[in-house]
Amino acid sequence: MDSMERNRKIVTVVIHVVLILVSITMLIPFIWMILTAFKSVTEATSVDPFVILPTVWRKDSFTAVMQNMNFLVLYKNTLLLIFFRVVCAVLTATMAGYAFGRLHFKGRDACFSLVLFQMMVPAQIFIIPQYLMISKAGMLNTIFALVFPGMVTAFGTFLLRQGYMGLPNDLEEAARLDGCNIGQTFLHIMAPLTRSSMVALGIFTAVFAFKDLMWPMIVNTDKDMLVLSSALAKMQGQYVSKFPELMAASLIACIPMIVIYVIFQKQFIEGIATSGGKL
Amino acid sequence: MTKNGKPAMTGREKSELLWGWLFILPTVIGLIILNIIPIIQTIYQSFFKTGDFRKGNIFVGIENYSKVFGDAEVWQSLINTLKYAIVEVPFSIVIALVLAVLLNRKMKGRSVYRTIIFLPMVAAPAAVAMVWRWLFNSDFGLINNVFHVHVKWVSDPKIAVFAVAVIGVWSILGYNMVLFLSGLQEIPGDYYEAAQIDGATGIKSFFHITIPLLSPTIFFVLVTRVIGALQVFDLMYMVMDKSNPALDKTQSLVYLFYKYAFINKNMGYGATIVVLLLVITMIVTVFQMIGQKKWVFYN
Repeated sequence: MDSMERNRKIVTVVIHVVLILVSITMLIPFIWMILTAFKSVTEATSVDPFVILPTVWRKDSFTAVMQNMNFLVLYKNTLLLIFFRVVCAVLTATMAGYAFGRLHFKGRDACFSLVLFQMMVPAQIFIIPQYLMISKAGMLNTIFALVFPGMVTAFGTFLLRQGYMGLPNDLEEAARLDGCNIGQTFLHIMAPLTRSSMVALGIFTAVFAFKDLMWPMIVNTDKDMLVLSSALAKMQGQYVSKFPELMAASLIACIPMIVIYVIFQKQFIEGIATSGGKL
Repeated sequence: MTKNGKPAMTGREKSELLWGWLFILPTVIGLIILNIIPIIQTIYQSFFKTGDFRKGNIFVGIENYSKVFGDAEVWQSLINTLKYAIVEVPFSIVIALVLAVLLNRKMKGRSVYRTIIFLPMVAAPAAVAMVWRWLFNSDFGLINNVFHVHVKWVSDPKIAVFAVAVIGVWSILGYNMVLFLSGLQEIPGDYYEAAQIDGATGIKSFFHITIPLLSPTIFFVLVTRVIGALQVFDLMYMVMDKSNPALDKTQSLVYLFYKYAFINKNMGYGATIVVLLLVITMIVTVFQMIGQKKWVFYN
């Protein structure tokens, strides 16, 4: 059995080598972002010799972009966007998911077909009218405008419905025999049991709200109402060749989400896998 | 029995009707305002031209559509989008599948690998595109200087769209991999044990067990990736400047939509382009439904 043991060891080593190479490839853009951010422009654009590590780790680019861009405001706007989108999505989807998954009533299936329909259609088709609504209401450049398209979620409703459908019947029966009405059963028994679906939806919503670019760019153009992603887009046009400053700004924009992700990586990956997998 | 001959509702039925509607009302109203009315308005708008000097909308019938069908820029952007998808979808799926199979075992560092490969998912596409653009920079970029070449990755019209697709693969790889990993965990271990007793090697059992049993997940990922790739915007917008000589041969359909609707302010034409996207998405969905019957193995 010695040769089999040895074969298995070789296979393990090969797998590790492949995975390490892939991991390095995945990390290079982030590493290059960090290295460039700490260089001077001359160093970053030096070709002969080509400079990998900064000779002096300068913070100049960070101070420069922080002077030009109000990151506190950008963080605040992004955070508010994420917060309201998550609260709205989880709240409405938890309620609607329960009704679609566990109750029987007239009009249910017709309404559920709206949910399915929305999920099949490319989201860009809604954008012009949504923009016109916000614009006509005089709500451009507000937090409400940022949150608007994400006030309800067809996808989240679908996800939570799946969650409720996986729960056993007896709990609901027992609650009913104890004299709970449907509202009480929902609030005290059923909703708490779908906590993992709620967390998954919350993380999913937060990540995609953070990554959204087109909508924030369209509705909020005032300097003080931008979010991180739209501010980066705007900055790129202005700082054409100041590479260290572009990288410093990208880094400042990405760091908080990456830190949260590394701390809660298990919840992030499982949350996105379970919601993504049920889409 | 009530007067009209229908059986009267029981108390339970009445209360389910009441609570049911109460619970779905916010979502249904939201969907109607945010999605149902807009889709009708977009289709309606595609028959109008947005007037100059605030003249309002002018009805032009199917003029936008006949213009779209004769518009070389639109066809080119459709070809660009398909080129992007042809690279992004297969590569991101095949590489992710291999990585998922490699990671689907008890091993040291498993969660570290998984965390790193998934990392691009939590980075803002705006930042991702900026750093890749810098890596691709033809004069000072890391790639050209390490390999001692002088390729104009993002400004050569022949290759720019593929360079953007490489960024797309890098960004979405971890997401696909995580979906495959959760699919793999549902394949019972005894299948592999039985195969091993029968003398099947790792590669054989990959093609004869893993692929067929994972086919629902693979199919699902394929559908979502194709539809996602048809809607590519963020990376294109961030990588391709307005002055980029490769723009015409790279811009995607959604990029063109954005340009017409929100930069040139011709919402009617923008709406027409996005209706075209809707039709293409529907066609893809129908093809995939047919394909599904042929090769997806449901247990």
